[in-house]
Amino acid sequence: MAEQLFYFLIYPGLLFAAVIGAFLSWYDRKITAWVQFRKGPPLFQPFYDFFKLLLVKETILPKHGSKGVFLAAPIFAVFGASIAGVFILLPVMGIETGFKGDIIVIFYLLTIPSLTYIIGALASGNPLAALGGSREMKLILSYELTFILVLAGIIQKAGMTISFSEIISLQTLNGVFAGSLSGIILFIVFIFCIQAKLALVPFDAPEAETEISEGIMIEYSGTPYAMIKLTKYIMFFILPAFLIGLLWGGLNFEGINILWSILKILFVVLLLTLIRNTNPRVKIKQAIRYFIVWMNLLAIIAIVLSYFGL
Amino acid sequence: MGFKEFCFKKSLWLFHFGGASCNNCDIEILDCLTPRYDVERFGMLLVGSIRHADVLLVNGSINQRDKSRLLEIYEQASKPIVVVAIGACGCTGGIFAEGNTFAGPVDKIIPVDAYIPGCPPKPEAILAGIVKLLNK
Repeated sequence: MAEQLFYFLIYPGLLFAAVIGAFLSWYDRKITAWVQFRKGPPLFQPFYDFFKLLLVKETILPKHGSKGVFLAAPIFAVFGASIAGVFILLPVMGIETGFKGDIIVIFYLLTIPSLTYIIGALASGNPLAALGGSREMKLILSYELTFILVLAGIIQKAGMTISFSEIISLQTLNGVFAGSLSGIILFIVFIFCIQAKLALVPFDAPEAETEISEGIMIEYSGTPYAMIKLTKYIMFFILPAFLIGLLWGGLNFEGINILWSILKILFVVLLLTLIRNTNPRVKIKQAIRYFIVWMNLLAIIAIVLSYFGL
Repeated sequence: MGFKEFCFKKSLWLFHFGGASCNNCDIEILDCLTPRYDVERFGMLLVGSIRHADVLLVNGSINQRDKSRLLEIYEQASKPIVVVAIGACGCTGGIFAEGNTFAGPVDKIIPVDAYIPGCPPKPEAILAGIVKLLNK
């Protein structure tokens, strides 16, 4: 029991994932600044933001809205993200093996933050938040199918095993999946799925800052908004870690390997950041079309290729 | 300086309210976010919702219609919030001070923490005002 709590709360769950995710979020902002020839924020900026929201700012509740649901949604988002983080990071970092079929569980747990954002947005009673919520819903409907096709392709490549740790150990034996043609295609599709899951720029229609004033987040202030920030930090670490575990052989924090593991994570986040900085925001209709038609097509091609062992 | 205050000063998020402005101050405020001046190195971000804001930047003369909106925005903000009046119109009313529809400079309507005069103030002046605010 104590061990499970330690896994959930401290390492590799809530605290560890949040701290690493906060640093990755700083890295993302710094790279953004460099791309735009700016200097960028200081190293501990995400922590300042989080503690300011948590400790200093007042929490305002919407007058016309469901207050209980509005406040509960961010808490559930943090829980969902940390449980998904534990299930992902235990096998990826080689602490424990996990159980059979945990990929499916992780797939469901990763949707919890987005779902709770929608519930919180609709509970706030703000029309712009409702607009953002409906966009987020459409985005989930479009990228989830692609995401499950990617997982299907990976399971196909791993010889029909649905255990995350077995997939990782298979890659340490036979070479990483991203080294083959179908693996590269799956990697690209997965990157775009992460982009949509994190609501980064080409697919940030739900929280378009300049268009609908941060959409689903518009009514949040103070502590609940700090919780949402925490969820975002955690998701910013665990989704790249999931990608690395599934396609790039997992992370290893022993000896000199730690350097290589950190470089892997930084590379994946760098890709996400560069995509976010070099693309305009697409309309929700375009985003749906992009995933339903093109990304699904790519994923199916990858599955067919992996069937022929390419 | 306590931990709370330190975090607050390190992460000021800006919300921009333009009154009946001639748009010069708006452009100069946006200049501060550009590569040359880059206020993000102080941890400042321009946010889209007043609920997330720590600093309310008000520029332009406030006329009868803007007055109720400015009050509404100020009440919607989560406290503590710092109000900065930018430009001659925001600080005193400028050339609009004698006008028919003028509803008073910003500090007659909501409490103001810092004034940055100028028509329009240079980005350097806005940065200097922000740094003074941070050291207050």
